[in-house]
Amino acid sequence: MDYVVVGAGPAGVIAAETLRRADPSGAVTLIGDEPAAPYSRMAIPYLLAGDIEPAGTHLRHGTGHYRAHGIKVVKGRRVTRVAAKSRVLTLDDGAKVKYDKLLVATGSRPVRPPIKGIDLPGIESCWTLADAAAIARKAKPRSRVVLMGAGFIGCIILEALAARKVDLTVVEMADRMVARMMDRQGGDMIKRWCEGRGVKVLTSTRVEAIEKTKTGFRLAIGRRAALEADLVVCATGVAPNVEFLKGSGVETEFGILVDHGLRTSVPDIFAAGDVAQGPELITGKPEVHAIQPTASEHGRVAALNMAGVPSHYRGSLSMNVLNTLGLISSSFGHWQGLPGGEIAEASDPDHFCYLRLCFKDDRVVGALALGLTQHVGVIRGLVQTGLPLGPWKKALQRDPHQVMNAYLDLTKAVP
Amino acid sequence: MAKGKTKAKSKAAGGWQGQVLVVDLTKGEAKAEPLNMEWAQQYLGERGLATKYLYEMMNPRADAMSPENVLIFATGPLTGTMASTSGRYAVVTKGPLTGAIACSNSGGKFGAELKFAGYDLLIVKGRAKKPVYLHIIDDKVEILPADGLWGKTVWQTEELIKAKHQNPLLKIASIGKAGEKGVLYACVVNDLHRAAGRSGVGAVMGSKNLKAVACHGSKGVTVKDPKRFMKVVGDAKQKLAESTGRKELTEYGTNAMIDVMQQFGGLPTRNFREVQFEGVEHINAQAMKTPNAHGHTNLVANKACFGCTIACGRIAHIDKQHFSIVNRKEYWLASGGLEYETAYAFGPVVGVDDIDALTFAGYMMNEHGMDPISFGVTLAAAMELYDIGAITKKDTDGIELKFGNAEALTVMAEKTGKGEGFGKILGLGSKRMCEKYGHPELFMGVKGQEFAGYDSRALQGMGLGYATSNRGACHLKHDVFAEDMEDQTGSGKAVPVKKSQDKVAAIDSTGLCLFVTAAWGVPDFAAQVDAACEGSWDEKRLYETGERVWNLERMFNLKAGLTAKDDTLPKRLLETPAPSGTAKGKVSELGKMLPEYYKARGWTTDGKPTNQTIARLGL
Amino acid sequence: MQKSLLIEPEKCTSCLQCEMACSFEHEGSFNPAKSRIKVFEFEHGRRAIPYTCTQCAEAWCLHACPVEALARNPTTGAVEVKEDVCVGCKVCTIACPFGTINYNRDSGKVAKCDLCGGDPQCAAACPTGAITFVDSDWTGYERMKAWAAKTDNQPRA
Repeated sequence: MDYVVVGAGPAGVIAAETLRRADPSGAVTLIGDEPAAPYSRMAIPYLLAGDIEPAGTHLRHGTGHYRAHGIKVVKGRRVTRVAAKSRVLTLDDGAKVKYDKLLVATGSRPVRPPIKGIDLPGIESCWTLADAAAIARKAKPRSRVVLMGAGFIGCIILEALAARKVDLTVVEMADRMVARMMDRQGGDMIKRWCEGRGVKVLTSTRVEAIEKTKTGFRLAIGRRAALEADLVVCATGVAPNVEFLKGSGVETEFGILVDHGLRTSVPDIFAAGDVAQGPELITGKPEVHAIQPTASEHGRVAALNMAGVPSHYRGSLSMNVLNTLGLISSSFGHWQGLPGGEIAEASDPDHFCYLRLCFKDDRVVGALALGLTQHVGVIRGLVQTGLPLGPWKKALQRDPHQVMNAYLDLTKAVP
Repeated sequence: MAKGKTKAKSKAAGGWQGQVLVVDLTKGEAKAEPLNMEWAQQYLGERGLATKYLYEMMNPRADAMSPENVLIFATGPLTGTMASTSGRYAVVTKGPLTGAIACSNSGGKFGAELKFAGYDLLIVKGRAKKPVYLHIIDDKVEILPADGLWGKTVWQTEELIKAKHQNPLLKIASIGKAGEKGVLYACVVNDLHRAAGRSGVGAVMGSKNLKAVACHGSKGVTVKDPKRFMKVVGDAKQKLAESTGRKELTEYGTNAMIDVMQQFGGLPTRNFREVQFEGVEHINAQAMKTPNAHGHTNLVANKACFGCTIACGRIAHIDKQHFSIVNRKEYWLASGGLEYETAYAFGPVVGVDDIDALTFAGYMMNEHGMDPISFGVTLAAAMELYDIGAITKKDTDGIELKFGNAEALTVMAEKTGKGEGFGKILGLGSKRMCEKYGHPELFMGVKGQEFAGYDSRALQGMGLGYATSNRGACHLKHDVFAEDMEDQTGSGKAVPVKKSQDKVAAIDSTGLCLFVTAAWGVPDFAAQVDAACEGSWDEKRLYETGERVWNLERMFNLKAGLTAKDDTLPKRLLETPAPSGTAKGKVSELGKMLPEYYKARGWTTDGKPTNQTIARLGL
Repeated sequence: MQKSLLIEPEKCTSCLQCEMACSFEHEGSFNPAKSRIKVFEFEHGRRAIPYTCTQCAEAWCLHACPVEALARNPTTGAVEVKEDVCVGCKVCTIACPFGTINYNRDSGKVAKCDLCGGDPQCAAACPTGAITFVDSDWTGYERMKAWAAKTDNQPRA
């Protein structure tokens, strides 16, 4: 049996390893389009901040990990075409690779807004190790840096850029920072926190055009204003890498549509991780959750099904944790709330504390937390188990910080 | 309001954090200062060190309720360590009830938390213009407005502050309405039901417009010789675990004492008219564990203070059918239960034997922040006033203030806590109340502070201890219990009282609890202090430290205007013989013991430390 | 036979000796804020529950780690944090549905119970036997593990 995994991120690597364990006699090939050993994008900001060496970003450590597991790794090659009927992949060097079972775990790539000058040389994304190296070279202390995009990735880079002591301005189109993981209240607190630490944050602001100047760039914002920058880093969003599937018959929407077994619409083709649009835990609706835990879970379930071990994935739960210049925030599930559900909030803006719990019927279905680092995972526990809250619902509505006590009491996890 | 990062430079290794936090409420400033290590070597910590700071920082003649008074929350070098019972802290200030130095010791978790935030002492000066509370997270100290907290109970205050800061980890010491309204024996309550209970330290806090101190620390405590420290605290804990005294405290709590005192005839009953109480079996430790007619059992669980391997604390609940709470669901919860002094002060001394009423009164004390001993004994005096017709229903809001009336107890506990009606009078304490109604002789206490649950006619050394205690009548500033039980005369009591006062003063300065003396002698403490703290600490040095502390407290009191005349007991104990029990027919022999005591102390006949004593102790 | 922490909350008096022992073992000072075992109190202290990682088979934290900084110690069965590898991304702290792996601001890494390499100091310090270290097949312990399974989102091969 020939298993081919396209994409050497966490989903791909975990899938390859799981395949190896589930089918010791099968051939496992892992194809990645970057030259380095499989690494984690999650770790790039820490590399950029100078906390770790490039090797510290690797998904697996020690030499010969993949060889020892009998996984053939093809580096620096991109798949350009999938012939589903003949089960053959074409690589960018023209080589052909045959597969019996295929996993698409090609992740996503950064996208830039359609702005004049956005593709000028020297405007950097922060997505790959190569990007990080380029930014590291240019982001010198006191250099003027404009970061476009204050989404999740933008905020992670923000931390790393600040650590390099640059003069930093963040420009975000949305009305708040991390709009996709924070509500207005939380986003505002993060903004105020950043501003208090010397970062200029412009929300509801659009970069209209970028032009080259003698020393760097000028960014037009609004009609009259402009920002001067030595370096522009663009973190305005990502899109799944699905183009190469054109003509393969694999059905896509935002990402590749998969079922509870991570199967695509085409037999023997599976998808996992950031590129996959699979069932969400609570609603069951197909969603793209570009996060590490989902990649890891997807990778494992897909691999088991590929190897003929029937596995059912309940669904992914969106969750994020972010450190913005020391302010730690996290979000879980349906933090915007679900129709007909209740919401409980506790906030202390002066001390940058905020906790929001969203209920649906007798359960917690989502949450936001700011400034909470201890036992925060238990919120996932509450959401994931769908634990009926009983009398604790009232208690949580009164004081959302009782989550740990509620969990302990309700689960009788400790008898 | 005021805000600021605080950090002092000196960092002492071993036990002490090396920092004191000084908060000036008048100026709205908070700043950390290095701990005076010279004083720490002389006075150790907690009670002793705070006494030294108080002595140096304020004029003892200043009014206790004025901004000139200084309020000190003090941890000891062993507070927050793995030594057993390491959760203690003391509140030291000038007491409004006595006009003398007040030193009230508490457990729970607040003290250790203050230490973890990096402070050996929290010193509060001045008076805020409007009610405030302190929010301390390590180096970050804020003086915040307490607008929404003033008027709230201790329990509400803790919940509101935790919710406001979204921090369930905050440990809080606060005052209830009693402290706000100046009940002269208001206490500082921490962790819902532990309290720096006596001498009105909560009233001082209230006079400063300081509602609460909320604190969380993450700095940790280190010791001089960690390896040796772990060995000696391990040995000491083992010794404690094996001791009978410890086992009884764990099993029955301190209320095991009520049977002992009953049998001995030292259990003050009906304002000290009697020394034995017929209703003891309804309110003793056994009663707490036994189901009542409805199948309701008072005791729910044991609870330890921080670091404590005894767990004498009781968590109890009131029978939902009891008159005090039948229509008040908010009290259908478990909370701090009876210990000996509360059982005595709501039981025998007021003649009540209804365990649920006693437990309810205890809730009131914790919730509103009052000293149960002073309240109970003041109520007892009011009942005697009522009994002799000096006051009537007109004075008492229509309540029949008869000895034994459980409803009088529960209603007055609440009224006093809230500062309502006759409760306002009870809030003055027994001495002022009895004087007000023309019967000063009915006040049962010393220096304005009411007696604990031991009768000085049965326990002669206790009587001397009461008379000479620097904070007014107190059972916790000496320890001659064994001597008193063995010999019921006043002979040979002066020296043991003096020595045990010094011992207790030293233990109170370590950060550990007095109750470990159930198993430990001074050398056991010395071994732990020595492994934790800079310098070399042995038994002799601890005694000497304790003696230094005692004398400095005395000097504070003398400067405050107290004299030897204040070292006395009520006539009833000096002249009216005990009516029953093993001491039947006896009176207190204070007159004989006191001169011997002054001599043993190295004091003049009028109770002042001689120059020689002052020089010997390096005061 | 591997051993596990057995927690019997009805014996817990909330003295926090366990938290001090844990922090002393791992941080070198008495510092409950840095303890990997935490005692939770209910209703004015009516009940207290010591709580820490059960080293669950699902090991959510381990699977969520992007840089393989978490690994199971084959001898003790504990999932341990490799401090030199952890980048401090905190993904494990939200992935663990028990909330028993936490971020330590001072170190910039995460911390969790590692069973002290096979001699858990919390159990040694507990004066009432509320925390003991026993053979893993002890039935009481299975209840907590059962919750790990209920939370499960991961198939087992």
